[in-house]
Amino acid sequence: MNTSEYVLEMKNITKEFPGVKALDNVSLKVRPGTVHALMGENGAGKSTLMKCLFGIYRPDSGEIYLNNQKVDIVNSKIALDHGISMIHQELHPVPHRSVMENIWLGRFPVKRIGPFKFVDHKKMRKKTEELFEKIGLDLDPEIIVRNLSVSKIQSMEIAKATSYNARVIIMDEPTSSLTENEVDHLFRIINSLKSEGVAIIYISHKIEEILQIADEVTIMRDGKYIGTWPAGEITNDFIISTMVGRSLSNRFPERTNVPGDVVMKVENFSSPLPKSFKNISFELRKGEVLGVGGLVGAQRTELVEALFGLRQATGNIYINGKPVRIKSPVDAIKHKIALLTEERRTTGIFPVLQVLENITIANLSSYLKPYLLLDEKRRRKAAEDSIRLLHIKTPSYKTLIKDLSGGNQQKALIARWLLTEPEILILDEPTRGIDVGAKYEIYTIINELASQGKSIIMISSEMPELIGMSDRIMVMCEGKLSGIIDGEDATQEEIMRLATKFIA
Amino acid sequence: MPKLEAKRIRNFLSQNIIYMVLVVLIAVIAILDPSFLSLQTFRDILLQCATRVIIALGVSFVLITGGTDLSAGRVVGFAAVISASMLQTQDYLRRFYPDLPDLPLIVPILIAIAVGILFGLFNGIVVSRFNVPPFIATLGTMVIVYGANSLYFDLEPNNSQPIGGLRPDFTNLGSGSIFSIPIIVIIALVIALLVWIVFNKTRLGKNMYAIGGNKDAAAVSGINVGRTLIILYAIAGALYAIGGTLEAARTGGATNNYGNMYELDAIAACVVGGVSTTGGIGTVAGVLAGVLIFGVINYGLTFIGLNPYWQQIIKGIIIISAVAVDIRKYYAKK
Repeated sequence: MNTSEYVLEMKNITKEFPGVKALDNVSLKVRPGTVHALMGENGAGKSTLMKCLFGIYRPDSGEIYLNNQKVDIVNSKIALDHGISMIHQELHPVPHRSVMENIWLGRFPVKRIGPFKFVDHKKMRKKTEELFEKIGLDLDPEIIVRNLSVSKIQSMEIAKATSYNARVIIMDEPTSSLTENEVDHLFRIINSLKSEGVAIIYISHKIEEILQIADEVTIMRDGKYIGTWPAGEITNDFIISTMVGRSLSNRFPERTNVPGDVVMKVENFSSPLPKSFKNISFELRKGEVLGVGGLVGAQRTELVEALFGLRQATGNIYINGKPVRIKSPVDAIKHKIALLTEERRTTGIFPVLQVLENITIANLSSYLKPYLLLDEKRRRKAAEDSIRLLHIKTPSYKTLIKDLSGGNQQKALIARWLLTEPEILILDEPTRGIDVGAKYEIYTIINELASQGKSIIMISSEMPELIGMSDRIMVMCEGKLSGIIDGEDATQEEIMRLATKFIA
Repeated sequence: MPKLEAKRIRNFLSQNIIYMVLVVLIAVIAILDPSFLSLQTFRDILLQCATRVIIALGVSFVLITGGTDLSAGRVVGFAAVISASMLQTQDYLRRFYPDLPDLPLIVPILIAIAVGILFGLFNGIVVSRFNVPPFIATLGTMVIVYGANSLYFDLEPNNSQPIGGLRPDFTNLGSGSIFSIPIIVIIALVIALLVWIVFNKTRLGKNMYAIGGNKDAAAVSGINVGRTLIILYAIAGALYAIGGTLEAARTGGATNNYGNMYELDAIAACVVGGVSTTGGIGTVAGVLAGVLIFGVINYGLTFIGLNPYWQQIIKGIIIISAVAVDIRKYYAKK
């Protein structure tokens, strides 16, 4: 047996989360000295697979071999010891310390003076310079990280990854925040790593980029392994159709809503931030479900948060033909807008409070009676009615919301917003991280609301969901509006093409 | 199902441990010296606890939002000095304001409360508008208030002399009784009831728990977080001032060192009473029990003749265990 054909083999990896099979019998084989691209839609399981490799998750079953030797990676420390490094999409350096301290953090070179050990700065600087020379990086080891650009920090992270004598380096969306020049620089570093025999697992949505840098491409879909191809033998279109290639079954309830007049008009909506959304204009009709598609980083969340007054923006918003100014959520709620945020835990639930409090917090003023007191009877009834109407599974309204499942927490949050009697509901990834059954229930609620004449803006990264639920789909790419298409005859290929329209 | 039953018992224990500690404490002292169980003892303990309850309730407003207030004790001191300075008898020799006529009792008290509210507003504005962490903001205010109080206390002709000769109608608030129930205890109970209503029956209370439970979610839900925090810190300031005024009435005098370190006792009582240090959790009953526990320790351990230095050690152990239990609760449910 040729021991050197693959540096890494992952065999039949399966990982289940409550209600979701995130990885289903996935295999991956990586040759040394190559760039192996891992592709798939959002939620296809790429990141989960890499987290299993890096010891952040433990797979339920399956085996990992490094140079034909079976390894058991129980945590990231062991992954590093085995020569596996990972550069995360979100970088987390220690900003107020120097480049070299960041690189050697936790394993500083030391010198002994008598019985004491001291950090050996001279040696650390020398080792850092050697490291930088090896990968062709021009960076002062003693500069404070806070003063570096994102691309320099990323280069530093790559240097750090190689300093573990890495045989396999995982790069998760490494170019998502880089300019074109910076990407070229990254590719030069990758090429010098390749010539050292290092294997790179490269996760990216940018197909052009993949075809340029990768040697082999593995495509995943719905947590399953689809196949591996040499990059030279496949085309852009082949990758897209393989990534999305699945048929729509009865995953969505029948739609009965009929879109009416325009209720909200957004004109030239732009963020003051340089890399955020720019010049977004669209209309929303009464009783319409407007889907918002795009890749991670398309600035969809930023857009809706600005519409809700959580972020600054310039441009015009008209509601029922009248110009409105929305500077805070208080203004937005006044104009009958509701926002179900993407991050249920950080900006949605009050974990230590009861379901009752969680449901009624946004419309407390409607229970006011004299002397600033609240009408507890009406408040409890509102909560109980919501629990019944939306089928929230909870022992009682007194249960703390953190004890409910994700799907039921989400329904409680929808209940919160419905009690504010909104005309426009913005739902940001409303079915993320909840099980299939609860998803269907949330789809039913959305359809019902639209039938009642509520207007809905729904961000989703799942293309079947967008197509199955939306009257129209607005697709964004890199903060720009790349097109609005009819939901009826939208295809995943078309959405994918629009979602990558401005990606170089 | 025995497993479920065990879980329920454990839950019940962890939720009510504070009241059981109180009962056990009283039982142990009573066993060691049965004469402890007398009406007089309880009257004394309640008398000592009354102002502390009011101050601790003030601090609890801030703690439940996830903040803290180190300025409480110094505001107590300032309010004590202000009210005492304007409520001396006409024939007292060293009057703070020699020519001040007899004011209606309520006027100096309201002035003291207004000063408390002012410093509370200042805390709230610094925390919410300038995003200074509450620990630092109120640490600064604590120092400022002491400085301001000492300047006032040093005015001619007082020149930093302890203020005495308080009017009987004022000291009666601290030492008088109605139907043999101390007035000061009645005031504390009325305030506790009012605070309970605010916590449980008003929008302000709900918003307070929401901000402590998840500040970002509160903002998304349309709560004006900044304004709410300012109001809550102001209410806290008012309660410290009421506590300070009653402290002057109870002791029949005031100096600029009144209230020193009271904030730590108040925070300790709240924490022991189950107010979460991470915000979002806390009840009036818990705060009352927390204050009572320290009251019983202070009084009861002296009563059975334990060296007062031992009391300090026992108090410290109780504070730490209470938070250890609180954090364990937090992680177990996460």
